[in-house]
Amino acid sequence: MQLVRLKCETDFEGWRNAARSLLAQGIAPEEVVWRVSNKITGLFDTPNFVPTQTQGPQLTVPRDFLVLCKTAILYRDPARFGLLYRLLWRLRKEPDLLQVAFDPDVLKVRNMAQAVQRDLHKMKAFVRFKEVHIQENDKVWSGFIAWFEPSHFVVQASAPFFTGRFTNMHWSILTPDICMHWDGEKLSYSQGANKIDAPTEDAGEDLWRAYYRSIFNPARLKVSAMQAQMPKKYWHNLPEAELISELIVNADKRKDEMIAALPTEPQRKIVKYIAERKG
Amino acid sequence: MELKKKLEILADAAKYDASCASSGTEKRTSIGGNGIGSTTGMGICHSYAPDGRCISLLKILLTNFCVYDCVYCVNRVSSNVPRARFSVEEVVNLTLSFYRRNYIEGLFLSSGIIRNPDYTMEQVVEVARVLREVHDFRGYIHLKTIPDASPELMARAGLYADRLSINIELPTIASLHTLAPEKDGQAIRRSMGQLRLKIDESKDKTLTGKKPQRFAPGGQSTQMIVGADATDDRVILNTSANLYGAYRLRRVYYSAFSPIPDASKMLPLKAPPLVREHRLYQADWLMRFYGFDAVEIVTGQDGMLDLDVDPKTAWALQHREQFPVDLNRAPKAMLLRVPGLGVTSVERILTARNVRAVRYEDLTRLRVSMKKVLPFIVLPDHQPGRSLDANDLKQRLQQSIAPQQFSLFKAA
Repeated sequence: MQLVRLKCETDFEGWRNAARSLLAQGIAPEEVVWRVSNKITGLFDTPNFVPTQTQGPQLTVPRDFLVLCKTAILYRDPARFGLLYRLLWRLRKEPDLLQVAFDPDVLKVRNMAQAVQRDLHKMKAFVRFKEVHIQENDKVWSGFIAWFEPSHFVVQASAPFFTGRFTNMHWSILTPDICMHWDGEKLSYSQGANKIDAPTEDAGEDLWRAYYRSIFNPARLKVSAMQAQMPKKYWHNLPEAELISELIVNADKRKDEMIAALPTEPQRKIVKYIAERKG
Repeated sequence: MELKKKLEILADAAKYDASCASSGTEKRTSIGGNGIGSTTGMGICHSYAPDGRCISLLKILLTNFCVYDCVYCVNRVSSNVPRARFSVEEVVNLTLSFYRRNYIEGLFLSSGIIRNPDYTMEQVVEVARVLREVHDFRGYIHLKTIPDASPELMARAGLYADRLSINIELPTIASLHTLAPEKDGQAIRRSMGQLRLKIDESKDKTLTGKKPQRFAPGGQSTQMIVGADATDDRVILNTSANLYGAYRLRRVYYSAFSPIPDASKMLPLKAPPLVREHRLYQADWLMRFYGFDAVEIVTGQDGMLDLDVDPKTAWALQHREQFPVDLNRAPKAMLLRVPGLGVTSVERILTARNVRAVRYEDLTRLRVSMKKVLPFIVLPDHQPGRSLDANDLKQRLQQSIAPQQFSLFKAA
């Protein structure tokens, strides 16, 4: 049995080096155990596999495969490293394997990559910054802080989006895995945080809730369509979500009242004015 | 009036516009700039309301004062709803404040017609100008264009906006004449034509090789109200096909006529035809991504789409002689016509069958509805047999489409 130890949950380079080396030595997927360093280790958990520069025929893999691996490796499941290696192992004998979308291994990896992409997309959508002003000596530091709980290891992958968009702001995104900070010029990371480390209030949220309440059309209630795109697991970090149940409960009543209301006579002076002008 | 109250009135006034897309424009970031904002090309929905609609942009009216009297519209002059007007600065600040907190992708600004089209358009364009030039805002901007505004104002709108739209409002010019007497169907189409020319020009290099002026890189879209007049689905889809073809619209939005506060007595209210709206979107997709022609989609005698089954299934049921289709041999165009197979599934089948034959078990692993697909296809280990010709095939394919889930949350 070979034990490979990776530096962290998102250690793609480590996985790639180890996988290359394992493959060159002909070590089958069933013979390999993958671990991440920061995890508590068991008695027999001493790594015995050290990747080496190997001579011999290099396997060329489709570019698609590397792209797929870079994404799928962010999936929160310890089995992913082994599964990706198994796919690589099979690719030697079945070079067209990736084209067979319904092969169970291919399907599993593609589904993992898809879940990661979706989580990354939802992070870009559902992170909510709260504005904070912190007194530091005689200076006030103004910035934005968000608390978010991604399902997969997507924080670093989201960095180009947040730095490209909120370039001239100072912000931090706190998550249980890792925290990301931007000071307007440099990106840095720190260890994971707790929800209580993030601010709870923001003056701007009241207007946002007013907007959310007003843009909702009570005559077109489609709760399952909403939940398909915005599952409940995200609600506790969305300031607008506290309105949802109230809006749903009153929707039918509001619709029925609109339908039942008798038409009113125009009261505004301009109506008469326009009518007169038209002759 | 306090800002919150204005926001409530002017968001309420804007919500009958279905579009909230923030996609299809160039990619930008704020790196090297003085402000904030970026566009990714694909658009992001930052929230969803319980009506199932995406909230991507701050969608508001600059003002809901309006001199027009379109019967279907909440903002018509003869309605007694409360009125409000934002200042340019208020809209700019709201947009930036929401954007900084990552609530939105940008702004979708429209307006009631005050004084005249040019005056109104100028105010709308001014908001976009301040966002872009004063604040270096690089997020998404969608401006509603006022038909018959001057070409100079249109050019400026296109310079700042990612997307422009003009609402066609109703599927026929006759309906528009009845329900929106001040609006001119010809003028709307003329404006769309001008937008198309400007958008096309901005993509070509000029004769001197100079880069042409920026003009709405996200293209133009429109909206049609469904169910306010008696127009049938066949005419609606023909109108859409014409709009896509003649003006190269990115999207035609269908908006089921919905109850509004203080409705006109000329247009009695009823529950919005949501299923019909859904079928129209499905039909629209068939035209744009599945190679269907507008004229072949509506199969019913009455010119209406079948509400019981989706339009592709309805078409297949009427053309059973073209089925079953051999998934391992049929051309792509025919695979796209198999009920239950989406564009992605078709692509996967096409790629995989180059390597090996597609079998029954393979299909179960793709995310397709087997119940829907099986009667219409042949696989090495599957024949539809008589199920394709069965009289009750439609009943068996029919999904329960009545929106039952609502009652779960209903007030006692």
